[in-house]
Amino acid sequence: MKLPDLTELALRNLRESLLRNSLTTVGISVGVASLVAMLSLGIGLQQLASRRLVKSGLFDTVIVTSRRELRGMGREEERNGPTPGESRVLDEPARQQIEHLPNVLEAYPDIRFVTELRYDEKPHLTTVSALPASAQSNDAFESMQGKFFSSDTAAEVILQKSFAEELLGKTPPLGAPDPDVADLAKPLLGKELLMRYAQRLTTPSRPTPLQPSDSPSGDSLSSMGYSVVSREQVLTIVGVSDLDPESMRGPTRAKVFLPLKLAQSLHVMQPTDLREISRAASDQPVYSSISVRVKNPAQVQTVEDAVKKMGFTTFSILDATRSLRQFFAVLDLFLGIFGSLALAVASIGIVNTLVMAILERRREIGIMKAIGASDGDVKRLFFAEAGAMGVLGGVVGVGLGWTIGRVINFGTNIYLQRQSLPAEHFWAVPWWLVGGAIIFAVVVSLVSGLYPAGRAARLDPVQALRYE
Amino acid sequence: MTSVPVTSAARDTAAIRTENLCRHYRMGDTLIRAVDGVSIEIPRGEFVALLGSSGSGKSSVLNLIAGLDHPTSGTVVVQDRDLSKLSREELAKYRLRVVGMVFQSFNLIASMTLAENVELPLRFAEVERSRRDALAREALERVGLQARTHHRPTELSGGEQQRAALARALINRPQLLLADEPTGNLDSHTGTEIMDLVREFNEQLGMTVLMVTHERALAERYAQRLIFLADGKLVDDRANVPDALASAHEGRL
Repeated sequence: MKLPDLTELALRNLRESLLRNSLTTVGISVGVASLVAMLSLGIGLQQLASRRLVKSGLFDTVIVTSRRELRGMGREEERNGPTPGESRVLDEPARQQIEHLPNVLEAYPDIRFVTELRYDEKPHLTTVSALPASAQSNDAFESMQGKFFSSDTAAEVILQKSFAEELLGKTPPLGAPDPDVADLAKPLLGKELLMRYAQRLTTPSRPTPLQPSDSPSGDSLSSMGYSVVSREQVLTIVGVSDLDPESMRGPTRAKVFLPLKLAQSLHVMQPTDLREISRAASDQPVYSSISVRVKNPAQVQTVEDAVKKMGFTTFSILDATRSLRQFFAVLDLFLGIFGSLALAVASIGIVNTLVMAILERRREIGIMKAIGASDGDVKRLFFAEAGAMGVLGGVVGVGLGWTIGRVINFGTNIYLQRQSLPAEHFWAVPWWLVGGAIIFAVVVSLVSGLYPAGRAARLDPVQALRYE
Repeated sequence: MTSVPVTSAARDTAAIRTENLCRHYRMGDTLIRAVDGVSIEIPRGEFVALLGSSGSGKSSVLNLIAGLDHPTSGTVVVQDRDLSKLSREELAKYRLRVVGMVFQSFNLIASMTLAENVELPLRFAEVERSRRDALAREALERVGLQARTHHRPTELSGGEQQRAALARALINRPQLLLADEPTGNLDSHTGTEIMDLVREFNEQLGMTVLMVTHERALAERYAQRLIFLADGKLVDDRANVPDALASAHEGRL
């Protein structure tokens, strides 16, 4: 029998026992709906987590350090390759080279130093770091009080909430609720801070004739030097951030942020300067670390590999997210299994319905065989009926699952709003899930139809026609 | 159309030939010899009645010739095809293209209209829809049911249902019509109408007709040959001048 005829006959037969077949189809729908709802929740949560992490600027950032920092000792990649002493210096040419790697958005030096800030005549000691203009889109600065730096060279500063608390003497005792960031920002915005810092001042080279040419250490390096001068810089507070933008850095995270160009122009003495004085061949700045922003979190690995090839040590949150992805894979698997259980129950319904249909339609099968239907025709007809129930159940189920997800998302957002938290989209039905769920429903239905179809095909026409 | 393989190259004039045909069933410990060594030869175009009381094995012989059942031993050769050598698939094709069947209980599918019932064999034969519709209309016209094409079997009288069944048996232009008590569920007047139609197929379309019946009078009125079965064995086989034919001749004389 041709497919259109087969489909037509199958649909006609399904209409004949409308109630029973509808109930079976509803069973499949509920199975598919639970599968779709479960998986869309898993996928949605995963997307939400990724989105949050990407926005936090952690996901697409690779931190590059020189091996000379001796930080990554004992890590796998440190065991081979050049020794720290022989490895490259992380200087301006290296930064430019990294910035020109494919898929790299920008590579900016991490300027980070501990210094004293005076506010209201009182000294405060904290870590200061510089932010590139692109950090404006970071989650932590999107929702902060005040505004981002007016320019990359402005003498402005953004404070992290906990430092603002310290400045105002409002640090809450452990366990007490945090003060509201808006209340902290109000007295501080527009006020001035005085930053004291150690400036590295490159001294001009001593004239070479003074050096004996046959000196054992007689190369250009020996002529380099700098002096350290104490400086002050007045900074205007323009923003107070609630979130911690540098959570990845752990104990070295900064609480005060300066515009990058301004920080570079200050030539603040860096801890590495002391070590690199013995090696730096020029007056090019040497960085303790560089932050590399990658176009897409998916390319972090390739960029990391490229930077490692250059002889530097890298670190990215990707190392940490690998376990996160594993977690979501397991979560999706479990949600999928629970969703499929309902579909498995529905498949028993299909078997039952079709076996009942064989008993009911014994005579009809006998007639069809007597007038020339082959075993294959009968088998395909039952198969088509199972498949049609699968398609219908799948389509209705995806719709139902989509609605369930919608409702759960809506309900949760109402709850989130009551808790004065922002609404979230933690539920997603991608196209592959829609298609996959329908195909899965059809496959399950066809597998369920195997036994009834085979049984119908084997029915003896003489027996089937004998009894009224 | 794919044809069913023909076994012997030399075409035989017999439409049906059975040789020492046996069909035995085991029911518990007892062996039931439903058909026990029946050998018949029916030439093409003949109208034969298979007579016997119930349980005589006449329906079993018909089912064996229809390819619905397999003989325990012996052979059935229909239009040069040895049925025992056909696969299940080939037997289905044989039933589809060579044989038309009518039953006592009409055996129309209740959920389908008359037109759909009649064209069902054409669906199995994978005939195009437009051609199917035309053929079904033509067949229903032939049995006088052109006004009933969209009715369901339950909305029709027994005679109309049997006519529709005849139209269905006719639709694939089979060479052989097998009828199992075709008038068993009909009153005598309607039965005569149906039998007139069967004879018309036999005479006008040249179909070989094998009719199972226990009504001797009916058989004598229409069949050219009467075969009697009892306890699965052939007990008598004789030629008959159909009454209707005789009376027609008488009328002319």
